[in-house]
Amino acid sequence: MFDLLSEPLANGTTVRALAEITVLGVVSGAIGCWIVLYKLSYSAESLAHGMLPGLVIAALVGAPLLLGGAVGILIAAVLVVIATRTSTETADTAIAVVITALFGAGILLALSPSSPPGIQDLLFGDLLGVTLTDVAIAGAVSLTVLAALWTLHERLLAVGFDKGSERSIGVSVTSLNLILMGLVAVTILVAVQGLGTLLVAAILVGPAAAARQVTRQIGPMIAISVAVAVAAGIAGIYASYHLRTAAGASVVVALLAFYLLAALAGSLQHRQIPVRR
Amino acid sequence: MRTRWRSDSPAENRTAISTEQTLGAGASAEREPSPQPGGGLASARGLSVGYGGVPALTGVELEIGRGTRIGLLGPNGGGKTTLFRAFTGELKPISGELEVNATCATVPQTDRTRLDYPVTCLDVATMGALARLPWWKKPGRKDRAMALENLKLVGLGERSRNSFGDLSGGQRQRVLIARALTADAELLLLDEPYTGLDSASAALLDGLIRDLADRGRTVMIATHDVDQARCWDLVLCLNGTQIAFGPPDTTLNREVIEATYGGSIVEIPGQPGRGVLPPHHHDHGDH
Repeated sequence: MFDLLSEPLANGTTVRALAEITVLGVVSGAIGCWIVLYKLSYSAESLAHGMLPGLVIAALVGAPLLLGGAVGILIAAVLVVIATRTSTETADTAIAVVITALFGAGILLALSPSSPPGIQDLLFGDLLGVTLTDVAIAGAVSLTVLAALWTLHERLLAVGFDKGSERSIGVSVTSLNLILMGLVAVTILVAVQGLGTLLVAAILVGPAAAARQVTRQIGPMIAISVAVAVAAGIAGIYASYHLRTAAGASVVVALLAFYLLAALAGSLQHRQIPVRR
Repeated sequence: MRTRWRSDSPAENRTAISTEQTLGAGASAEREPSPQPGGGLASARGLSVGYGGVPALTGVELEIGRGTRIGLLGPNGGGKTTLFRAFTGELKPISGELEVNATCATVPQTDRTRLDYPVTCLDVATMGALARLPWWKKPGRKDRAMALENLKLVGLGERSRNSFGDLSGGQRQRVLIARALTADAELLLLDEPYTGLDSASAALLDGLIRDLADRGRTVMIATHDVDQARCWDLVLCLNGTQIAFGPPDTTLNREVIEATYGGSIVEIPGQPGRGVLPPHHHDHGDH
């Protein structure tokens, strides 16, 4: 048993992957709670998918992925805003069209003959390929996001509770929403390296959704969400090491397992305590 | 929302002031002395407000003192919420002037808040402190203590640790009033607070509003219930324009009620002078 746990730690690649997923777990678990409470899961997933062309172009020209991703996410966000403002369709339809188009463009570029090998890492991430610098950047960005979330905690709580907070308690709802979306975008930007544009939504939404099943208090919700994200991340890396499965996908499977457990626990809990609807 | 429209300026500057209000969201918490202690909380002269330059409410003339309870009567779209938005500074006067020498807070209808949201009553009551704090400052122990005091004031001190969604409609309404009190609001704008309350909860709310007025807070209560409006110190009747403003005894006559609701009232048999409105006038969810 001890060998199962200690053996991977002798491997530098695995240790870096564990460090990376722990950092990502802490920041994603925390911001994920606001994504879930503000009903931004679809927007977060859309941003992650829509940034693919930026990542692919960066990979093709040899620019830093972080830069490509940032430009990609910015373009995706602007296009989404334009589409939802000008389209006669509902916002979710407009977003779906824009994001699918961007994602398709990204795939088209990725499959071109000139594209370097390993482009699938952009889709599914490359946890085992992270360098110490990657971990350091992820750590610094995560600390910034966490500091912002801590500072704005009460305001985020107030606006999520009452969208009319501007009128009732003078909190600027629009700027708070923009700041939150910006923090989500930055988190996606660092998390996408480990988990790819297709899997990153799982760590952003899964742990928070699991935490929401078992608690109705914000403090415990954030704590449980972070714990679930980190635990599932570490479990996924270990599983990937021993079973020789893809690291990112293993983390996602572990996240799903945790969510199902929480949903089960939640439904048992609700059976005991009737909830007023 | 914290609005402070300064009134200590010469009369000729007033129009400019009424369109250049000082929105103090996130401003410092010090309170300015009232220019007219005991009264002069708010006044409107020929006020028109609306959306996109099109007036939704015209001809508002009023003078409100501290510690008064004002019933706001009117049909759906009559301008009740529009007037609230003018008070909080969200809407600027199209013409005329409005002076508010107090911090305002709207108390929304509880059905617009989320019941499955992870907050306790104390969390919600503490949110009011954000109105007084700059954006980087978090509510501290003092603010939490003040929020707890306000929960006690509204009779929910023992429920402070309860989840907001577990309360009844009337209790939720009172938690939202506690939130407005933590914001240090001197003018509380209650949006249809009696909607969906049973008579026991309504009586509790009546008592609380009286108590708040006794403590010097001014409370404006939007309602569609004429009989209820008779209980307050003043009534303001709106139907796109101001129909009447004054003490309920002298104001709420048959003509005023008919003009307010744009239709005829149905006389209650055996009760001359009392009447009810046809059911379709009883609105919910005024915008």
